[in-house]
Amino acid sequence: MRCFICHQEIIPEVNWANVWKIDAKQTCCSECLSLFENINPGCPKCGRPSVEEICFDCVRWGRDKEDPLEKNISLFRYNDFAKDWVARWKYRGDYELIYSIAPQVKKVWREAGWNYSVVAVPLSEERLSERGFNQSEALIRTLDKEPLHLLERQGSEKQSKKRRTERMAAANPFKLKKTIHQPVVLVDDIYTTGTTVRHIATLLKENGCPKVYSFTLFR
Amino acid sequence: MFKKTEAFNWIPHHSTPHTFPHYAGKILLPHEIPPEHIEELTKTSVLTRVPSIIKKQCRRCGNQKPHLFGHLPHAKCQQDCLYCRNCIQMGRVIECEPLYIGSPECFWPAWENALAWAGELTPSQQQAADEIADLVKTGSGEKLVWAVCGAGKTEMLFPGIALGLAEGKRVCLATPRIDVVRELFPRLQRAFPAIEVQALHGESEKTGDGQLIIATTHQLLRFAHAFDVIVIDEVDAFPFHNDPSLHFAAKRAGKPDAARIYLTATPRNQEKRRIRSKQLPVVFIPKRFHGHPLPVPKLTLSFNLSRYLKKNELPAAILNLIKKPRDRQLLIFLSSISLTSGLRGFLASKGVVTEQVHAGDEDRKEKVERFRNKEIDILLTTTILERGVTFPSVDVFVIDAGHEVFDEAALVQIAGRAGRSPDDPKGDVIFFHSGKTNAMLDAYDLIRKMNRLGQKQ
Ligand SMILES: [Zn+2]
Ligand SMILES: [Zn+2]
Ligand SMILES: [Zn+2]
Repeated sequence: MRCFICHQEIIPEVNWANVWKIDAKQTCCSECLSLFENINPGCPKCGRPSVEEICFDCVRWGRDKEDPLEKNISLFRYNDFAKDWVARWKYRGDYELIYSIAPQVKKVWREAGWNYSVVAVPLSEERLSERGFNQSEALIRTLDKEPLHLLERQGSEKQSKKRRTERMAAANPFKLKKTIHQPVVLVDDIYTTGTTVRHIATLLKENGCPKVYSFTLFR
Repeated sequence: MFKKTEAFNWIPHHSTPHTFPHYAGKILLPHEIPPEHIEELTKTSVLTRVPSIIKKQCRRCGNQKPHLFGHLPHAKCQQDCLYCRNCIQMGRVIECEPLYIGSPECFWPAWENALAWAGELTPSQQQAADEIADLVKTGSGEKLVWAVCGAGKTEMLFPGIALGLAEGKRVCLATPRIDVVRELFPRLQRAFPAIEVQALHGESEKTGDGQLIIATTHQLLRFAHAFDVIVIDEVDAFPFHNDPSLHFAAKRAGKPDAARIYLTATPRNQEKRRIRSKQLPVVFIPKRFHGHPLPVPKLTLSFNLSRYLKKNELPAAILNLIKKPRDRQLLIFLSSISLTSGLRGFLASKGVVTEQVHAGDEDRKEKVERFRNKEIDILLTTTILERGVTFPSVDVFVIDAGHEVFDEAALVQIAGRAGRSPDDPKGDVIFFHSGKTNAMLDAYDLIRKMNRLGQKQ
């Protein structure tokens, strides 16, 4: 087996703890894996690293009206290594890079115990044809789930260029195609300010969805 | 230079020159061309469509290794498409999309007397410069320039480059490291002030439409039959040595009748074999430009060295040598990043102030600059500074020289950091070890051999 990030041959380390499990597929070498930073415990609501209580952002989201998002779980901090990883995966389009952290993704997903339908975050036609795949759907496939396509984009999605305040105030870039009346999980690659997932959560909840969670790789 | 013969007969040949330098000899992905121009450019054969992955080989980087290909459920064509993971940093090559090859036949001007450099070459530099220029004139051939560290190889290239430009040829100088591109670019531009020299590397914005280009070897992946003269610097260095796709790219970037010049101070076995069997013509420059011999390393045995290093400490003998007052600055080479920081702490506890650099260090450029300005006396480094950087007056220590990261080439290069300036052509080079390795002995022998050859000249 080779590391899906650096392509080095992975030599499994055998010790008493794992001697019966070494044939469990390793997809990332220990060196590359060590460059990701786990988030624990983080904000119990959004997973913001380096805090232990509900963080300032989450308090603010729920201040004026009810926060549409129930809870976010993220795997890793969005550090420099993660940024390079995302650039290669999403922008260069190296689809198979997701296999490198698939075991971790599945583990955290199992631990979350969310037995809900999984909703994909749509991309605009333009982005989709540039990249060749939708990162949210790629992640959902990694979880062995079928994505629900309830939404579509409206307008442009150059939101990362805007400032936080502008982003919060911006009109909702999504439209609902189909309603759902069960709890759902949104799946995406990065949780930055939480604006994207909350835009979607608001739409879903206004149209009959009781609870919206989100599952993201990086925070 | 190349083990397997690659025909590259899929690269189209056209005899009518065009006037689109930014397409000349380029390999492009569809989205790198303005969509409104593709049809016209293809009709006039400025661009030619070719399949991008054929017989499980990526045509841009030559990759054939199955583990470096991936499958993508492709939204665009609703198929499971094969793509190349090896050259993904330059954008994705995917089997359902073609590559576009720009016809190399572009009009390039002839530059009379383009060389403004007025320096003088030493007799051995002149010898090499003449042989390089001869090859540029005839084309269709290779030449290995085997020059010791500090021989002044850049200047040796000038007459050949000038001759090429005078004949309206296109010239590329490729070197493995981005630092070296940055260092050579201004020197090349000063030598050829009338021409717009282009520097190409992963962080540059240039499109590669120049007649005289200095690039990292990686950038050659963007070219096909583009250059009449192609110079590959440091053929023995990482990453060129050991990366088959860079060899593939270097071969393809030159025209079939190109003059190919390779530079090295420490040829690998592959080149040595080709030299011995007379397949690769070679010119030696065993003497430094200032005429003084290379500093010969001293091999110093240090018992229990690894036991000390494990604790991030140094034996008293080495520590005392480091503490000893010296006229020159001191460069200390270590086998790992963790050791550079570990020993920095240890030395600090003994009252010795040092600085450290390694490959991933964001402040590397700045620290090297401070060392050059003599704001730092002692610099701890990994092999990252083994080549390409020049300091006028340093002593050099290698601690744990028997470590596998220090192969023959690395040790020769490291020793070559000392005595670079005519004002101070000497310098102490010490390899501390806990048992001599072949690499150490081979490096020692090579340096002495070059000094003997240099004396004869
Ligand atoms: Zn790895
Ligand atoms: Zn490739
Ligand atoms: Zn396709």
